[in-house]
Amino acid sequence: MKRRTFLKQTAAAGALAGVGSFGLYSFSPEEKRKHITILHTNDVHSHIEPFEPTDAKFPNQGGVARRYTLINNIRKENPNTLLLDAGDIFQGTPYFNFYGGELEFKLMSKMGYDAATIGNHDFDNGIDGLYAQLPHAHFQFLSANYDFSNTVMDGQSKPYKVFTKDGIKIGVFGLGIELEGLVGKKLFKETQYLDPVEIATDTVRVLKEEENCHLVICLSHLGYHYRNEKISDLKLAGLTKDIDLIVGGHTHTFLDRPTVTKNSEGKNMLINQVGWAGLNLGRIDFYLDDSGKSSAEGTTILV
Amino acid sequence: MKQLIYFLIIFPILFSSCKNSEYQVDRIEGQQIALKDSISENDSISDFIAPYKERITREMDSVLAYAPNNLSKSNGDLNTALGNMMADAVMELSNPVFKSRTGKSIDVVLLNHGGIRSAVNQGEITTGTAFQLMPFENEVVVAELKGEDIRDLITYLIEGQTAHPVSGIELVLNNNNEIVHANIQGKPIEDEKIYYVATNDYLYQGGDNMSFFSKSENVTGLDYKIRNLLIDYFKQKDTIDPVADKRFIRE
Repeated sequence: MKRRTFLKQTAAAGALAGVGSFGLYSFSPEEKRKHITILHTNDVHSHIEPFEPTDAKFPNQGGVARRYTLINNIRKENPNTLLLDAGDIFQGTPYFNFYGGELEFKLMSKMGYDAATIGNHDFDNGIDGLYAQLPHAHFQFLSANYDFSNTVMDGQSKPYKVFTKDGIKIGVFGLGIELEGLVGKKLFKETQYLDPVEIATDTVRVLKEEENCHLVICLSHLGYHYRNEKISDLKLAGLTKDIDLIVGGHTHTFLDRPTVTKNSEGKNMLINQVGWAGLNLGRIDFYLDDSGKSSAEGTTILV
Repeated sequence: MKQLIYFLIIFPILFSSCKNSEYQVDRIEGQQIALKDSISENDSISDFIAPYKERITREMDSVLAYAPNNLSKSNGDLNTALGNMMADAVMELSNPVFKSRTGKSIDVVLLNHGGIRSAVNQGEITTGTAFQLMPFENEVVVAELKGEDIRDLITYLIEGQTAHPVSGIELVLNNNNEIVHANIQGKPIEDEKIYYVATNDYLYQGGDNMSFFSKSENVTGLDYKIRNLLIDYFKQKDTIDPVADKRFIRE
């Protein structure tokens, strides 16, 4: 059994993370240490420009042009970076009403998004409206629990994709929320919603055992947490194993810091969600080594 | 032959070294970076957005009507000037569409208070005003409800104590929130009569807990977005100056 240490954030730890805490943690360069950075957004809802200076809640915050500056800086720091979105790309500003999602997809492609999952609002112009914009999306749509067989989206999205960065295999899979009751049937048409827990269990097994992934990331539009029995990221985390990170969406949840929670085997894992409207960029850095040290000393989580 | 030998020797080594590279996570750092205005904007992105933005700005700024007064959904108890304007607009502009499709007339309009997404400021009303009021893509639908189910709608309004926009209805309560009178199109509700209730597709599907719509067996979609309806309404009227009235009040 791995022993995992867990550093809870203090003011000091948070400050250290901000300035880069490399200096404090000595490791010899001959160890083949790997560093993978995951950047993520969710529920951007067509917020291409920053909020108005007069906005009561978020004056001058957000905006795609700023996000790209930040992404570029982080990529310079670590080229082994994945950029992901957890759905609800569409709907929320006139950019969507006017252009149907064309600009959202074009900008995400320019910024080099690697993958996105599909949110309920991405059906707002119907499944045909989503399909029509796909030529502008040069990134992979991932959804393991929407069966699109009898729709125009058949073959347009994948259950998962394995990315290799610096020799590290990162399996990313997508999960969508139940559409019935949330989206009109005439919009999602014959899309079949499959049980996310069963699908996640199967998909993670494939990613671990057949694809030999070092890291497994779930892109989820299930929602962070509900007071009722509805499946959520927190529930999913506790019902599955071998997921390292759930990048969530739907509930527009602002977290003070990524949530550390236990999976079905009692191992620590992360859930993160960064509010909505492109106000924040989530950043998770994974450090891996092959010295066997982590088995002996456990994983340090600094949030 | 030599090549083949190399292959046989090298392959197992590669394979086993691959199996041995058991990289494991030993450290994770997580953070959230706020996109504050201290971060500079990337010019290539701003330049790319510019022409898209220009067209939207031009259209959004086009003036459709004039509002002599500020209108807010919080100005009123059980009905508001702004809500009345929206419900009356739906009644006025949906009815001809519904009539031409079914030969029937709309009796009641019911929207939801939460669906009024902004205020209207005194001054020029633009296309942008309609987008702010109604950013969603919801469309008008007309549900058939029997009089006895209309009573559930009335109960919903009474229990909610909220100024949900209505038209075609008069609902007067006493101080104990009991019905003094409840009329549809000026007449008392008849249990067996069929009433035609215009709402939006979101509410028809039970949004905002409007579960009484589930009793409706027939519904007609008008393929008319509420936002487009508002734009059309503003274009038809010079001045938008609605008032709170007596359609839903407590005496």
